Amino acid sequence: MNHNWDFLAITNGFEVWWFKGILVTLAYASGTVLGGLIIGIFCGMGLLANRWWLSAPIHVYVEVFRCTPVLVQIVWFFFALPIILDISLPGWLAAGIGLTLYMGCFSTEIFRAGIISIDKGQWQAARAIGMTYPELMRHIILPQAIRRMVPPFVNQSVIQFKNTALLYVVAVPDLMYTGYLVVADTYRPLEVYTSVGAAYFVLLYPLTQWGKRLEARSDQ
Amino acid sequence: MTSNTPAAAANAVTEKSMVQLEALRKSYGSVEAVRGVSLDVRPGQVVVIIGPSGCGKSTLLRCINLLEEPTSGILRVGDRTMDFSNKKSLPVGRELARFRSRFGMVFQQFDLFSHKTAIENIMIGQVVVRKTPVEQARKIARDYLDRVGLSGMEDRLPRELSGGQQQRVAIARALAMSPEVLLFDEVTSALDPELVGEVLEVMRDLAKEGATMIVVTHEMAFARDVADRVIVMDQGQFVEEGTAQDVMVNSQNPRTQSFLTRFHRSAGEVAEK
Repeated sequence: MNHNWDFLAITNGFEVWWFKGILVTLAYASGTVLGGLIIGIFCGMGLLANRWWLSAPIHVYVEVFRCTPVLVQIVWFFFALPIILDISLPGWLAAGIGLTLYMGCFSTEIFRAGIISIDKGQWQAARAIGMTYPELMRHIILPQAIRRMVPPFVNQSVIQFKNTALLYVVAVPDLMYTGYLVVADTYRPLEVYTSVGAAYFVLLYPLTQWGKRLEARSDQ
Repeated sequence: MTSNTPAAAANAVTEKSMVQLEALRKSYGSVEAVRGVSLDVRPGQVVVIIGPSGCGKSTLLRCINLLEEPTSGILRVGDRTMDFSNKKSLPVGRELARFRSRFGMVFQQFDLFSHKTAIENIMIGQVVVRKTPVEQARKIARDYLDRVGLSGMEDRLPRELSGGQQQRVAIARALAMSPEVLLFDEVTSALDPELVGEVLEVMRDLAKEGATMIVVTHEMAFARDVADRVIVMDQGQFVEEGTAQDVMVNSQNPRTQSFLTRFHRSAGEVAEK
């Protein structure tokens, strides 16, 4: 290989682009993770309520989003949803809905699994002492279940963070799409995509290490 | 401290029932776990239920505090009457939850809240259900911990306690709610043999102080010494009922005899090992 590496060529003059790209990636990662978490809590509670009219649609939602590629979801929400609803959604929102719902379906499963992993005896003892369902959830079940939910949730968040790179197909100016633009300008794909990869790594590595620490703590 | 314990009832053994069951049944689909049981427990009485595994003893206990909803029959607790054939007479939601707190239940597997320390386990019901101020609850909890012989263990988590200690905390947790009746569901069955004694001792003290207790157990010596009434249960029904002497020594009932013989034989085998 006879390549003249020149990283300055892709940074000089593009600082603002890169900075904005990283911000957009961080914003989508945190926004869709947070949105997905909220969806997960509500849908997870819906599944636990044991009402078929509540759990049936949630099951459909979870399975549809679990069994279709997230790339298809992003493209579908960007191009198809506005046509079906006959509204004009801003592109950044349409693109984010797909990712958020994708995170939401996994969060739902994480939430549900965390709750039902708590020993039946804990429920029974709380009921026997006279607690109502909301009281025993708040004081007995959730404090224990949340500790178990954290590691899988961090894990899914890491995956979600990386999935935001798929947004480049609908021209959301995230880190990946910025790279694509810089390549178009400089014809230096080697430097650009190596840097993009490194940037994702630098952003995510602390998150995975933090996740490991949490996992160790919840194992105690 | 004694003023808010079940012991207070002891001074006034009246003719009034604490708990009364009439023709109580519980089935799961086509399986009948409890098949028409009647029982009358007076204040200060200790009723011990014995019988082979799977005979419906635990289910019966769980029907009394409505952890399970009986299929039919009548349950009277104090002046509250519930007819399970008539759904309208049954408590729901918050009323059902609070009804359960009239009983103190202790389980085979202890089931202490594993994220809470010993003292928090005893406080939580008072604080959440009874709305007792935290500091007052802590004081009451400390008294009960002392009473089951565990002062100094306040800040231990359940996993840092032995089985016998956990079960004594569980008894304190039940007592702290000032229940009218205590329900014990095979509370020594999961314990190492050398830890059984400390739990039975606490239960003996409670009985002596006049607590009203319904005890499902395999501890024959406890039944003999403490029970006002021993009931033999088999296949969801009461087979025999009487004093410990009547049932455990003089019984002519073939099903009682068969249970006791099998029980002593297997207990003997364990002892030989």
